[in-house]
Amino acid sequence: MPKPRLTLRQKDARIAWLLVAPSLVIIIGVTLWPIISTFILSFLNAPTGLNQARTFIGLQNYLQMLRDRAFWETIWRTLYFTAVSVSLELVLGLAIAQLIHSRPWGWKFLRFSLIIPWAVPTIVNGAMWRWIYSADFGALNGILMQLGLIDHYVPWLTLPDAAMNLVILADLWHTVPFVALILQSALATLPEELNEAGAVDGASAFQRFWYIRLPLLRPAILVALIVRTVEAFRVFDIVYIITSGGPASRTITISYLTYLNTFSYGNQGTGAALSFLISIVTITLAMIYIRFLYRPEDSQ
Amino acid sequence: MRTFKKLALLALALVMVISVAGCQAKTSDVATIHVLTMDQAGLKPAEIDQIARDFEAQNPDIKVVMEYVGYDFLHDKIVTGMAATPPAYDAAMIDVIWPDEFIKAGYLLDVSSRVTPEMKAGIFPSAWNGVTRNGKIYGMPWLMDVKYFMYNKDILQKAGFSAPPATWEELVDQAKVIKEKGLVEYPINWSWNQKEGVVCDFTVLLFGNGGAFLDSSGKPVFNDEKGVQVLTWMKQTIDEGLTNPSAVSSDEMIVEADFLAGKAAFAVNWLFQYADSNDASKSQIVGQAAFAPMPVFEAATSAGVEGASVDGSSSFAIMATTPYPDQTWKFLTYLTSNEVQMKFSAEMLPIWKADFEGASLETLKAANPNNPVTVPAFLDQFPYAFERPTVPYYNEASAALQLAIQEALTGLKSPQQALDEAAAKWVQLGSK
Repeated sequence: MPKPRLTLRQKDARIAWLLVAPSLVIIIGVTLWPIISTFILSFLNAPTGLNQARTFIGLQNYLQMLRDRAFWETIWRTLYFTAVSVSLELVLGLAIAQLIHSRPWGWKFLRFSLIIPWAVPTIVNGAMWRWIYSADFGALNGILMQLGLIDHYVPWLTLPDAAMNLVILADLWHTVPFVALILQSALATLPEELNEAGAVDGASAFQRFWYIRLPLLRPAILVALIVRTVEAFRVFDIVYIITSGGPASRTITISYLTYLNTFSYGNQGTGAALSFLISIVTITLAMIYIRFLYRPEDSQ
Repeated sequence: MRTFKKLALLALALVMVISVAGCQAKTSDVATIHVLTMDQAGLKPAEIDQIARDFEAQNPDIKVVMEYVGYDFLHDKIVTGMAATPPAYDAAMIDVIWPDEFIKAGYLLDVSSRVTPEMKAGIFPSAWNGVTRNGKIYGMPWLMDVKYFMYNKDILQKAGFSAPPATWEELVDQAKVIKEKGLVEYPINWSWNQKEGVVCDFTVLLFGNGGAFLDSSGKPVFNDEKGVQVLTWMKQTIDEGLTNPSAVSSDEMIVEADFLAGKAAFAVNWLFQYADSNDASKSQIVGQAAFAPMPVFEAATSAGVEGASVDGSSSFAIMATTPYPDQTWKFLTYLTSNEVQMKFSAEMLPIWKADFEGASLETLKAANPNNPVTVPAFLDQFPYAFERPTVPYYNEASAALQLAIQEALTGLKSPQQALDEAAAKWVQLGSK
């Protein structure tokens, strides 16, 4: 039987598949397969080790986690970190973006200097703030003492109620510039005519900002919100460096808990279940943002 | 178009050939071994590098690649390194609290048959304990460390004390006088942050009060009267302004910085603090630091407790799946040999008994201006070094205890409640 001749379209498709095959193999190997294997792992009792038997335990890892008080405390703590840091980033980022956009004296220097905190690696940023907060040698105590606001050095990182807020402050220093730069770039692309038309019609500066510029900024805000919320919910490195989860676990976040379970305690099944939970929460948060903020007409 | 397709296919084939060729193991006569260790206590990276280069010169068929990480990252780095085949490291330094976990995980090579009778007899028995389980040996002892009690002679003298405290109660009395005289704001500092250091310090105090972690049946008892007394005492020293309140967020490096800046009269730390205290580039108290035996609680003294500290020794173990066990063993035996340890005894005290006897002892003391002080301090303190529990779930158990201690120190829970919860967690972990 003669071999059926391939149409030109089929031949092109075959070549196309062949060309993308290496990339596809790599994507499946480094992205898809780890996700699938982690998902499988989350249903196993999987102690770390070379000779450890892995047993199927169904939803036990998830159920055990959901029943654990410490887990829920960690979730709320992480949500607190995310909500406070992202909302402050947005407000401060928008204020700074607006300031740069109004072209005050030295605005170019301001825009350039914004990049510095953002360009500093998180680990370096964490180490720096750890020293700033240091009870005996820290700059924070030094400044507050000189201003006369405190009369003796305060061990900031030992205060259970303050520690997380101090981590948030350190994180803000690092991430506000990112949000400010995104929003400033978006502001620069807005048509100035609308603003001028608003001014001619008698709208105040605040009204022009609130009713004209802010709605037009929505797509940029959406991008900043999604990126920062996902990153904030997964926060790990800055906590690890500044507080190591202390005092009394008051700064342990969900990613930190996952890390501890997976690598320090050798509970890979629990770690995998926690990883999936983080993914579910971050995807849900991103979908909520898209549902409420995304308007198809914005992208037209 | 046909030419383009041929070219595209040729390019694809080339990529695949290169990829496959890249996966081939390199054939070479030189075995490259990777060794992971810490950059904190003991020898400095430059010194270990020097040892590796000396070894390579004597063994041209073995290349040694050293990697250094901070202590806090070492355990997890070993665990992740073992996920690869062959493992990322052929040997690694292991802390005295990890062997049980790593043996259970199948990470460590049984080297019992490689250890010679001379090694067995020559090295301190307590150093072997750290790597021996059920009669099998899983590594070579490397560093024998213990927490020491150090004080600032000048501050004590100014406060009118001629001798350091022998008991924790005396320490409190002296600290009160030092504070009242305004010599320092907080006379004592500790590493009580939420890491292993706080468990080490708790061990010192718990055994110094006649307590223990587990009873003979393996049941946790650190929440008994003695354990609660210790934690209550810890909290009280903070409340009275005697312990630096920043101890709750301090590790050993911060304790050292505080002591070396002359801001603390007393500090409990590992041996490295003493050498650093006499290094003018780091210290403002050169010549002022001194050792004293670790104090104990008065009640325990009358019950016969003579001393208590915590064993912080470490060893080098060969990873079970290394393709180069013989070459790695050869390097480890060189690294831990008496000859090398004596050569570098200025930085780290040897593990060999003979070095602390007769003429060798004099050589050892002369190796470094600090050794005449550190050698007797070691000989005085090491016999009282207590072990933390040798259980495979130690890391998680320790984390529960760290949390409990921090909860009590920050006033979130009472010492009894916090320790009871940690003990319950230990029972749960033990039943897994």
